[in-house]
Amino acid sequence: MSVPADHTNVVIVGAGPAGLAAATELKRLGVGSVVVVEREREAGGVPRHCGHPPFGMREFKCVLTGPSYARRLARRAARAGVDLRLQTTVVAIDRDGDDPAVTLTSPEGVSAVRAERILLATGVRERTRAQRFASGDRPLGVMNTGALQAYAYLERLAPFRRPLIVGTELVALSSLLTCRAIGAEPVAMVETGAGPTVPEVYMMLPWLLGVPRFYSAEIVDIFGAPRVEGVTLRLAGGGTETIACDGVVFTGGFQPEATLVRAAGLELDRGTLGPSIDQFGRTSDPRIFAAGNVLRPVETAGWSWEEGRRVAGFIAEDMKGLLPVHQGAARLRPGPGVRYVVPQRLALGGGGLSQLQLRLGARSEGRLVARGKGRELASAPVAARAEQRVLFRSDLLGPVSGDVTISLEER
Amino acid sequence: MSTADIAIIGAGAVGCAAARRFALEGAKVVLLEKGADLLSGASKANSAILHTGFDAPRGSVELACMQEGRREYLAIRERMNLPLLETGAIVVAWSEAERAALDGIEAQAIENGVTDVRRLTAAEIRLREPELSRSVLEALLVPGEHVIDPWSPFLAYLIEAKTQGAELRFSTEVLGGDFDGEVWRLSTSTGEVRANAVINAAGLYGDRIERLLLGDASFEIRPRKGQFVVFDKAAAKLVRSIVLPVPNERTKGVVLCRTAFGNVLVGPTAEEQEDRTRATVEEATLKGLVARAVEMVPALAEVDVTAVYAGLRPASEEKGYRIRVEAERRWISLGGVRSTGLTASLGLAALAVRIYSEIGQGHAAAKDPVWPKVPNIAEHLPRDWEQSDHGEIVCHCELVTRREIEIALDGPVPPGDFGGLKRRTRAGMGRCQGFNCNARLASLTAGRFAAPLAKDEAA
Ligand SMILES: Cc1cc2nc3c(=O)[nH]c(=O)nc-3n(C[C@H](O)[C@H](O)[C@H](O)COP(=O)(O)OP(=O)(O)OC[C@H]3O[C@@H](n4cnc5c(N)ncnc54)[C@H](O)[C@@H]3O)c2cc1C
Ligand SMILES: Cc1cc2nc3c(=O)[nH]c(=O)nc-3n(C[C@H](O)[C@H](O)[C@H](O)COP(=O)(O)OP(=O)(O)OC[C@H]3O[C@@H](n4cnc5c(N)ncnc54)[C@H](O)[C@@H]3O)c2cc1C
Repeated sequence: MSVPADHTNVVIVGAGPAGLAAATELKRLGVGSVVVVEREREAGGVPRHCGHPPFGMREFKCVLTGPSYARRLARRAARAGVDLRLQTTVVAIDRDGDDPAVTLTSPEGVSAVRAERILLATGVRERTRAQRFASGDRPLGVMNTGALQAYAYLERLAPFRRPLIVGTELVALSSLLTCRAIGAEPVAMVETGAGPTVPEVYMMLPWLLGVPRFYSAEIVDIFGAPRVEGVTLRLAGGGTETIACDGVVFTGGFQPEATLVRAAGLELDRGTLGPSIDQFGRTSDPRIFAAGNVLRPVETAGWSWEEGRRVAGFIAEDMKGLLPVHQGAARLRPGPGVRYVVPQRLALGGGGLSQLQLRLGARSEGRLVARGKGRELASAPVAARAEQRVLFRSDLLGPVSGDVTISLEER
Repeated sequence: MSTADIAIIGAGAVGCAAARRFALEGAKVVLLEKGADLLSGASKANSAILHTGFDAPRGSVELACMQEGRREYLAIRERMNLPLLETGAIVVAWSEAERAALDGIEAQAIENGVTDVRRLTAAEIRLREPELSRSVLEALLVPGEHVIDPWSPFLAYLIEAKTQGAELRFSTEVLGGDFDGEVWRLSTSTGEVRANAVINAAGLYGDRIERLLLGDASFEIRPRKGQFVVFDKAAAKLVRSIVLPVPNERTKGVVLCRTAFGNVLVGPTAEEQEDRTRATVEEATLKGLVARAVEMVPALAEVDVTAVYAGLRPASEEKGYRIRVEAERRWISLGGVRSTGLTASLGLAALAVRIYSEIGQGHAAAKDPVWPKVPNIAEHLPRDWEQSDHGEIVCHCELVTRREIEIALDGPVPPGDFGGLKRRTRAGMGRCQGFNCNARLASLTAGRFAAPLAKDEAA
C-alpha cells in the first residue's frame, strides 16, 4: 500500500511509559515535531489497566495507581507539545527511502508518516494459552492477566467468579488483586516450577487470601462448554486433582510485542524475542530505535520510562550527528546459564546505556564472566532468581570488538 | 402452524449449502440447528482446502460431489465476495517408498479427471518451495488444490437462503418426530416444526437422527479428531503450496498450508474417539505437530504459534459418504461426510435436490436470485481497516474494525455466540488471543449472546 506521507522529525510507536517518556524528553531537548502513535483509545500503555499501586515513584516521586500514573504521563507529554494520535495503529514500517515511514490506520483511514527517526515502544504481552499448548477444551473464560485487567478496570466487567491462576511471577499476584477488585475469588494458584518465581515472602498474599498454591503441578485438562467448568492438574507426586472453576488466567511468560520488528525485517534477538539493539537503542537499522519492554521480558513501568527518556536523549544526539557509527559493533551473546543480554551490540566508543541487562536461566548463584576472543574480559558476582533483573556494567568490558559471551559460572 | 416443504436438520457445511440450494429451487425451507450459530459442529474446524478430488475414491459419490461442489464454488464465489487462495498443492515423497507411491497417485488423479497434475523433481521443488526441507525426493504438483475461508461461504449461503424466504432456527434441537404419511412433525427444543420432507445433515449425529426419526440407523458415526497448530503470519512467506504427504488408507495425513487469513497451519491428526462433543487439544500431540512442521520447513522453528484447535470428522464405519433415501417417508440423509465436506457441500446440496425432485414435489425456482456479498476477512484481499470511517481497530492482531463487528452483529444472520463472531470477523483469533481485545469485545457484544463473554458486571 502506498500513500503520500507527512513528514516529521520523530515518530514514536506506542504511548506506554517508554514512548511517552521519550516523546516528552525529545520535546524538552528541542526536537521540532514528535508524533506518538497509539492504537488504544487512551494513552498510557499497560498501566492504564493496572488498577493497583505502586507506580510513579521514579517519575512523580509519589505512589500512584496504574491508571492515574498513565493519565499523568499523557498529560505531561501533551503539555510538552507532543502530537499524540490515539486510535491509530502502525501497520507497517517502510524502510526504503532516505527516511523510514510508518503506515497508519485510524478511523479516518490509511495514512503514512515519514520521519528522520522512529522509536519502537510497543511493550510486551503475556504468553497465550495456545503458545503454552495447554490441553483441553477451548471454552470462554480462559485469558491472560492483561485481558482480566481490561475487564476489571477498563470495562468494569467480570469475566468469571472463581478462576484458577496459572503462574507465580509478580503479575500473578497482580491478577489476585484484580480478582478482588471485581469480587472474584481465585480457587487456586498453579505453578509448574518447584517453588514460586517471586520471592517466597510475596506468597504471603495468596496465603492471606486463602488461595491454595500448587507447585510442580501441570494442567492436563481444561474442560467445560461454553464456559470453563474445571481444570485437572497433574500433581508433583504423579496423582491428579480436579478443581472446579469458571475461568483460567495464564499469567506472565512475557514476550515483546515485536510484530513490527519482524515484519520490517529488523534483526530479532532469540533470547529476548525483541529487536536487537546497541547501547543507544539503535536496532539493526540505525534510523530505528527501540526502548521499554519491547526490548525484553520484562521490566517495571519505572524502568521502561527511564529507558525511554534515555533513548530519547540518544535520538536527539543522533539527529545532530553525535552518535558513533553503527557499523563494526561488538556482539554480546548469552552463554550457558544466561537467557539474554540487552543491548546485544556495543558500538565503538562507549557511551549510551551504561548497564547491560541480563536474566539467568534459573535461580542461581555464582559469577558472570564475559569472554571475548578466548580471553576473560570481566567478571562480577551474581545471585538471582529466574525473572530477576541482573545488571552488568558495560565499562568493565573495556573497549571490545567481535563476539563477547557472558556466561554464568556457578559456585 | 404452516408446513415447510423441507426441514433441514443441521447448519453445518452440508446443511447450509442444502438450505441455499433448496431455497433457490423455490422450496420453503426451515433449517434446524441445535447450536447457537451455524458451523457449531464438525464444520467449525478444518483445514480449509478446496480439493480437486485427485485422490478421492474412483467413481465414488464423494468424488462426484467434491468436483461438482468445487465447480459451483468457483463459479459463484466472486458474486458473493468469497476468497480463493490459489496455492496449488504438492504431494511430497520424503522416502523411496513414498516416491514409489507417486505413480499410483498420479494415475488416480488423471483417472479422476484432474489432468493438470505434474511431477516435480527435487530441484524444481526447491525453486518453488525454497524453505522446504532438502530431504524431499520428488513431488506431484496438483495445481487446482486451493485454500478458502472455511466459514464465510456458509454465512453467505444462509444469507442467500434467508433472502429466499428460508427460516433459520438456531438453538433448536430436534428431539423426535414422526411422519404420518403426509407430513413430518418434528418435536424440537423450541416447539413443533412441520415439513413435507426432511434432510438429515446432522453431521456427527446423523446416525442418531436416523434412529430417532426413522427407527433405525443405516450407518454408525465414528468421530475422528483432527488437531491443528496455527503459526504466526510471519510464516506465510515460508510456504507457497499446500504441502501434502503421501496419504494412507485412513487419512490424508498431516498437511502444511497457508490459511486465507495469512497464517500457516499444520495438521490434522486422525484420532478415533467415542465422544461426539469434546474436541480437545493435547499438549504432546500439538508439540508433535510443531516438530513435524519444523521437519518439513525448518525456518518455522523461529516462528511463534498463534492458535491451536481441533475438530471432529463425522466419519462412519465405512469410507464413503452415507446417503440414505427413504422415498415413502420423504427423507434424505447426507451423512458420514467425514473429511471433504467443505469442498463437497454444494455438490451434496445439488445431489439432494436431484433426489428430491424424484421423491418430493416440484417447485418454481427463484427467478432473479440476489447474490448477497459477505464482508471479506481474507488477508490477501482489501480489508475494512484500509477504508475510512471504520470506527476503530478493536482486534489489533487481526486488524478487525468496530464497523466490521457491528456489521456482523447487526447482519441478517447475526452470530449466536462468540465463536460465531470470531468466524465472521476474526476478532480475537490473532497472535495475542484476546490479550488486548477480549474485554472490549465483551462490552461491544453485551446482550448479544446466550453465553456472554462477561459473566457479570464487576462487583
Ligand atoms: C498484564 C501486565 C501487567 C503488568 N503489571 C505491571 C505492574 O504492576 N507494575 C509494573 O511496573 N509493570 C507491570 N507490567 C510491565 C509493563 O510492561 C510496564 O509497566 C510498562 O507498561 C512498559 O512500558 P512500555 O512503554 O514499554 O510498554 P506498554 O505500556 O505496553 O505500552 C506499549 C504501547 O504501545 C502500543 N502499541 C503497540 N503496538 C502498536 C502499534 N502497532 N501501533 C500503535 N500502538 C501500538 C500499545 O497499545 C501500548 O499502549 C505489566 C505488564 C503486563 C503485560
Ligand atoms: C480435522 C478436519 C479437517 C478437515 N479438512 C477439510 C478440508 O480441508 N477440506 C474439506 O473439504 N473438508 C474438510 N473437512 C471436512 C469437513 O469439515 C466436514 O466434512 C464437514 O464439516 C461436515 O459437515 P456436516 O454439515 O456434515 O456436519 P456438521 O458440521 O457437524 O453439521 C451438523 C450440524 O447438525 C447439528 N445437529 C446435530 N444434531 C442435531 C439435532 N438433533 N438437532 C438440530 N441440530 C443438530 C450440529 O450441531 C451441527 O451443527 C475436515 C474435517 C475435519 C474435522
